[in-house]
Amino acid sequence: MSTPAIRIQGVSKHYGSLKALGGVDLEVGQGEFFGLLGPNGAGKTTLISALSGLVRPDSGTLAIMGHDVVADYRNARRNLGVVPQELVFDPFFSVRELLRIQSGYFGIRSNDDWIDEILASLDLTHKASANMRMLSGGMKRRVLVAQALVHRPPVIVLDEPTAGVDVELRQGLWQFIRKLNRDGHTIVLTTHYLEEAEALCGRIAMLKAGRIVALDTTANLLRRFATHSLSVRLEHPARGVELGGSAGEGGWVDFAFDSYGEVETLLARLREGGAGLVEMRLGEPDLERVFVEVMNRA
Amino acid sequence: MAAESPLAGFRTLLYKEVLRFWKVSFQTVAAPVLNALLFLLIFSHVLDRHVTVYGEVAYTSFLVPGLVMMSVLQNAFANSSSSLIQSKITGNIIFVLLPPLSYREFYAAYVIASILRGLMVGAGVLAVSAAFVVVPMAHPLWVLGFAVLGGAILGSLGVIAGIWAEKFDQLAAFQNFLIMPLTMLSGVFYSIHSLPRFWQDVSHFNPFFFMIDGFRYGFFGQSDTSPWLSLGVVGLCFVLLAALTLAMLARGYKLRS
Ligand SMILES: Nc1ncnc2c1ncn2[C@@H]1O[C@H](COP(=O)(O)OP(=O)(O)OP(=O)(O)O)[C@@H](O)[C@H]1O
Ligand SMILES: [Mg+2]
Repeated sequence: MSTPAIRIQGVSKHYGSLKALGGVDLEVGQGEFFGLLGPNGAGKTTLISALSGLVRPDSGTLAIMGHDVVADYRNARRNLGVVPQELVFDPFFSVRELLRIQSGYFGIRSNDDWIDEILASLDLTHKASANMRMLSGGMKRRVLVAQALVHRPPVIVLDEPTAGVDVELRQGLWQFIRKLNRDGHTIVLTTHYLEEAEALCGRIAMLKAGRIVALDTTANLLRRFATHSLSVRLEHPARGVELGGSAGEGGWVDFAFDSYGEVETLLARLREGGAGLVEMRLGEPDLERVFVEVMNRA
Repeated sequence: MAAESPLAGFRTLLYKEVLRFWKVSFQTVAAPVLNALLFLLIFSHVLDRHVTVYGEVAYTSFLVPGLVMMSVLQNAFANSSSSLIQSKITGNIIFVLLPPLSYREFYAAYVIASILRGLMVGAGVLAVSAAFVVVPMAHPLWVLGFAVLGGAILGSLGVIAGIWAEKFDQLAAFQNFLIMPLTMLSGVFYSIHSLPRFWQDVSHFNPFFFMIDGFRYGFFGQSDTSPWLSLGVVGLCFVLLAALTLAMLARGYKLRS
């Protein structure tokens, strides 16, 4: 079995009396596209900071590609690229200067070919010699992504990388990250856009109040938690409501069910009741519903 | 991946720290030189005819090394402290905390950049002063040695202050209530032999006195106290301060929570 890209064992962290992380265990395999989800304040950033050595946990251990983040911090950090959640930048330098300096911190002397490639992929080539102060918020965020990649880390962690990035660029960014993933990089992502997580991540952990409350493949999570839905427009919506549906606008009534077998029965009962079916559509389970359900149960 | 060389991270951080002040050198080098020059003009105009020191040294000549050293010290402190507090407040300190830099490399880069800025300003003050005043330099190595050690001590203090302070006014307090009094009362503007006995004794507890006195020895070949004693005191101060700063950095005090 190969070394996990990330191994987190029993990590807890308190800020005063606040428990930001309460004993987190997590393994992410090499080459995974992994989602770390949770409401505001769940501890996502704290966990990422512990991985990158910015936060020292009260207990537990963390390793990147088998390198302990404390005892073997040099190798751990060489293997890790982090895109921070906060939009930080150094106002003294241009984009290219910044990326060269960042490469230098990792001991890489001449890195211009790779820097050019990253800049092109992030659509920043025309801003390469602009001072950081002159960039828009979305551009600054893309520079943060670029900075995390200068040393070609096998493990890349992105803390809400698409906050404030416009639609077109978000697509571009995901294309780029997907390509990195195909090339073998392990990707860990936090986001509050659940459609993004659903489309991209093979496996997902949900965090609530510093604890992992769900951990599974995206497909399994959708299967396990989400209920399907059937929406029907009826001539007599009241009949539908009598059968357990919830009324929406314009004669629409929604039904929730767990397996497709139930649809047959439901439609039969609607016909028997003379509800008068006009239109219908099936709702696929989505991650947002799973998320809400998991958070409510936990 | 391109070849990695040992210490490349340290060299880059040093380069970045030097570039940071050099890009705004008008403010970080030229302005302090002008400041010192104003001191020199005013004091020399007021006092030169009336005061001589060490017997025959004109007051203005005596003053120049004091002003040079004061500039070295203040700018060395300003460099590391302002760089760190700015990085902390803007949050971009993470860019040096995420890479595989050791805390020793971190310390060395910030302190050496501070020394370099101190030396640059000091050299500027000296060069400009030399246009107005005759300044001998009896022992250039002593001059350089004390300038470097003084810069290193203040650069370390700057690292401590920059990491400790959470707001700019805390940093200002550190500067106004510690650095400034110790500098002003160290004999920048006077020979301590002109002080009453009690204050002479008090001065011997001020490490800044030894920095300036030793530095001045390099110029005139005379000083208030033995240059070897000064070297010992200043060297010991540096070692203690470096140990303290390194211990702070090793623990990640206020940097890695
Ligand atoms: N430096 C700190 N000092 C005190 N409390 C902190 C600190 N950093 C985080 N916390 C607290 O720890 C908890 C977890 O915060 P964290 O930033 O990890 O949440 P998050 O899951 O990233 O949230 P978001 O989605 O809003 O980014 C929060 O209650 C937060 O207030
Ligand atoms: Mg966060």
